[in-house]
Amino acid sequence: MKPGHGEVLLAEGDLDVQEDEQRLVEAFRPQLEQGMWAAVPTTSHGGRREAQMVKSFEEVPRDAERVIFFPRAAGGR
Amino acid sequence: MALALSATLLVILALLSEVVAPLARERVRRLKARRAHRREQRGLVVYDPGRERRAEQRARALLRSCVNDEEWAMYRDLGFIRVWGGLAEGPRRGETRQTQEGAPYAYLIYPHRPIVCYLPQTGRLLNEYCVEFPDETRPYGSARLPGSDDVLAKWMALTGDERRLIETANMHLPGRQVDPRRVRRDLWRLGAWERGRMAAARTRPPTGATGL
Repeated sequence: MKPGHGEVLLAEGDLDVQEDEQRLVEAFRPQLEQGMWAAVPTTSHGGRREAQMVKSFEEVPRDAERVIFFPRAAGGR
Repeated sequence: MALALSATLLVILALLSEVVAPLARERVRRLKARRAHRREQRGLVVYDPGRERRAEQRARALLRSCVNDEEWAMYRDLGFIRVWGGLAEGPRRGETRQTQEGAPYAYLIYPHRPIVCYLPQTGRLLNEYCVEFPDETRPYGSARLPGSDDVLAKWMALTGDERRLIETANMHLPGRQVDPRRVRRDLWRLGAWERGRMAAARTRPPTGATGL
């Protein structure tokens, strides 16, 4: 999510392909270094939608369709 | 004689305009493009009046793809999303509607407004959680997320790590930024909306049923 722009695609690829995975890791790391939060939208067994927050690429489920980066939360006024 | 000359002149002008006008339009277009390119090279961001509208449309599509059908319909129809609380003791946030309804507290997520916490059983307002998602990166550091992205960010943070979001937010008593009358009206609207959906679901024929 980019303020003023909305959704921006950073990278896409197949985790089973090594080159793709490397590219995804390279796209993932700078986002966390910029202080962004990362979440994976998931569906529970009961069909309920929720998000799983991830703090590293290794935490991303292998079957995740996408990871959404958004600015870190801060206390508002 | 003068009339004939004037008429001829007009015809010539009309014919010339047919040839010259497209060329002039093309030159103006190229001139504008060159200026925009020069501004971009100098690092100046060109204002695009449709950018935020397109951003909001993309944000709505992204939100719709993440939340469930009921939450999306709630946001579309009412302008906010309810998320059940999961921290306090009480009926466990379950997979069924009944156990979700038994959750001890819930939140209302509005775009670019504090998250409002309340008790679903009584409608009593508990707190406002003021939270923002400021972007520190350049050159967009000063702009806000589109409204639907703000809602999605709150939804992801609440459903993914409620405790961290609540600890990050500034907590205030109800009424500091969001008018309690408005929240109560929204809760009433939410109740009426849910009753309407349940009534519609009861009258709807089951999926796969064939008519006579």
